[in-house]
Amino acid sequence: MSEARWAEGDTTPERIEAALRELLREEHAADETLVPARVLNLVVVADREWRGEVVNRLERLGEYHASRTILCTVEEGRNRLDATATVSGHGAGEGRVGVLRENVEIEIGPGHLGHVDTIIDPVIVSELPTLLWSPHSHDEAVESLLRLVDVILIDTDDPVYFDGPGAALARAAQLSDSSVYVVDLAWLRTVAWRERLAGSFENPARRAALQSLKRIYVRYNPASVVSALLLIGWLASRVGWQPSALEPAPGGALRGTAKRGGGGSISLEFSPVPQGTRGIAGVTVTGDAGFSLSLDRGPGGLVAREQRAGARPQQWRMFGTSRGEAGILGDGVRQALLRDEIYRPALEAARSLTP
Amino acid sequence: MADNPLVEGLERQPVRSTVLVIFGALGDLASRKLLPAIYNLAHEGALPERIELIGISRGETTDEQFREHVRESVDRFSRRRPNVDVLNGILEHVSFVAGSFDDPDLYARLLTRIESLDAQFGMRMNRVFYLSTAPEFFPLITGSLGESGLNTAQDADVRVVIEKPIGYDLASARLQNAAVLNYFDESQVFRIDHYLGKETVQNLMALRFANALFEPVWNRNFIDYVQITASEDIGVGTRAGYYEGSGALRDLVQNHMLQLLALLTMEPPTSFEANRLRDEKVKVLEAIVPPRLDEVALMAVRAQYGDGVVSGGEAAAYLEEPGVAPDSRTETYAALKLYVSNWRWAGVPFYLRTGKRLSRKLTEIAVTLRPVPHLAFQSSGPGGVQPNQIILTVQPDEGVSVSLGAKIPGTKMQIRPVNMEFHYGTSFMSESPEAYERLIMDAMRGDATLFTRNDEIEALWGIIDPILSAWGADRSSPIPQYPSGSAGPQEADALLEGCAWRRL
Repeated sequence: MSEARWAEGDTTPERIEAALRELLREEHAADETLVPARVLNLVVVADREWRGEVVNRLERLGEYHASRTILCTVEEGRNRLDATATVSGHGAGEGRVGVLRENVEIEIGPGHLGHVDTIIDPVIVSELPTLLWSPHSHDEAVESLLRLVDVILIDTDDPVYFDGPGAALARAAQLSDSSVYVVDLAWLRTVAWRERLAGSFENPARRAALQSLKRIYVRYNPASVVSALLLIGWLASRVGWQPSALEPAPGGALRGTAKRGGGGSISLEFSPVPQGTRGIAGVTVTGDAGFSLSLDRGPGGLVAREQRAGARPQQWRMFGTSRGEAGILGDGVRQALLRDEIYRPALEAARSLTP
Repeated sequence: MADNPLVEGLERQPVRSTVLVIFGALGDLASRKLLPAIYNLAHEGALPERIELIGISRGETTDEQFREHVRESVDRFSRRRPNVDVLNGILEHVSFVAGSFDDPDLYARLLTRIESLDAQFGMRMNRVFYLSTAPEFFPLITGSLGESGLNTAQDADVRVVIEKPIGYDLASARLQNAAVLNYFDESQVFRIDHYLGKETVQNLMALRFANALFEPVWNRNFIDYVQITASEDIGVGTRAGYYEGSGALRDLVQNHMLQLLALLTMEPPTSFEANRLRDEKVKVLEAIVPPRLDEVALMAVRAQYGDGVVSGGEAAAYLEEPGVAPDSRTETYAALKLYVSNWRWAGVPFYLRTGKRLSRKLTEIAVTLRPVPHLAFQSSGPGGVQPNQIILTVQPDEGVSVSLGAKIPGTKMQIRPVNMEFHYGTSFMSESPEAYERLIMDAMRGDATLFTRNDEIEALWGIIDPILSAWGADRSSPIPQYPSGSAGPQEADALLEGCAWRRL
């Protein structure tokens, strides 16, 4: 791997940008097969003390790296800007292309947060979309950068961000109303569950049951209640239910109902359960005439259990691997280039469920 | 039945539970491509909620032995390291039915197996029969499936996937299509050309129809000529048995290269729906007037590779390759000049070339625009003002390049071509998915957009058939030779009018 590096204390955004241009020129001159990737700017604002963890998460994004990553680490008491820039890539053979990736780290102080946009603006590649991720909140920086970014990555499951699920979902809605597109990691934790539930009702034998469901029961990691709300919000928004606010129940559970468009109601139950990974642990949909379908996380995929009237119970596995939190974050970066039209209706339905 | 409201907006559309039956399950294609593709789909959670894989082949292979074969194929050829839980889980749903393809009892046992799976799961599963066999078995297998009642199922979709080559010439392709369509409706038949599953090939349509920049110049008024190249740097290797009966024209031109030509020249379809797209491809293929027998020598060149040097090492001539007849007249190189006789393309030559043991592996489409009408600059010719070119590279690196004339910095007005390039690797975060994964899912989903329709197959053969006939009738003219590791035979240069082949 080829790597060129630049560092400077007490620097300026203009000097960082000039250094990046020079590093790219040097790398391309040394190996013509190396060309800059041009996909996405990723701007990360994080506490200096958690830098290692953030860098570790960024390194484990897998194949979904942004082309230019700008990490701003915030350190108490800092007044000046120190920066490093790295341009790296693997050379390729004749006729092939090697991709150069650019990483910038700028050390800033709390005093910079309110106008951090003026630091970032000269450093991003202007013709590319820009994604903002601020894992340690820093609302001041987020507000400052909103004019500059196209997409914001949030995690409505993360208590660091928000004071409870209601506040989290309200903030997501507020951001969705602005000019930026919202990618919510809590929503991405529900992808496999949504796909599998949708696939289950592709089966003609079950299709009719979708309109006569009586009870939905969701199990989730205690840190992922918003994922659970979004999953049921999605179901409600797709099928046309009107959910009402959930009530607390023993054991940290939540209970409530949703009204069906054609009359009748659906019982909704949410239970936190011990689970090593964040996200949904299982979901059971129960209909009339003895129908129920449960999906639960298991090794190598989701374990499905189905009960139908007059038939013996069935159990099988729907194959797939868990992406883990690194994979979820990687998918979040990838989603910056896509547009998901069903998040917003699911979000609104989830807000109706908020206790 | 009402639509499923849950599928709307999902990035990955679900597929109904399926029994996937692979005929020729112990063969090379299944081992290298199909079985690893199925594993990778499982890994990503893309397979239907219930999937059963049944392998079929001759020979006494047990379920357990076949499972071991699947495991070894996945271990060896999967693009990612297998997850033990997923692989073991899949293997629990793998079984084998041994038998000769001409044995009616094989199909009876297959029907019993599938019906028992339906009963076991309490639902009728979709059925996909993937014929990964030599083409001479296609009519036999599809006929036997039909005779056994396996070609339809109440409340479930039945599909048959057929690998190329479809036929040996126009007559045999018609016979084969007729044999398949005797038992299956065209909507059930998925003829695979894996080139169509490649991202760049699909991107050709995006480039043409999603950009106002290109379509206005995509016609005879602006385009001077087009070159389509599919070169390989390897020889026939261990495939002499197949290749001797095929040759370059059948192996690559009749399918992959003419498909590229069709996508490049077709009119915009009204929607990206299977039959709308294929209607347009058929229309443009039918606009390519096949040569008369006496015209073939003027528009087609064939050749064989001789000995030479490849990658610094000596390489043997085709006629010295194991399994090749010493007097073989099979072409390892073919170049054609074709015209599309319609309003848009009249008079524009399309040059196609393919060959083995050439200097480089490369698949590309090079569209050369006409020169500007008046040249105000002094410097022209090589290094000076050159016509614009749009280059679509399919492999090794998928991308698009547009050559433009730009001023060389300095006091003089000197122009030289520069390239504006787009590479998949630099502009998207993910690598292109494996073509077979995409196509297997499309076949299970019933989306035939990237598969070839019967009339399309016949239109493709209609272009090639006269050339095959002329070459087949000529048993005495020497076959031109080109050195291994070169850019091909000099004879191919004679096809070109006022231009040269692009450097490989």
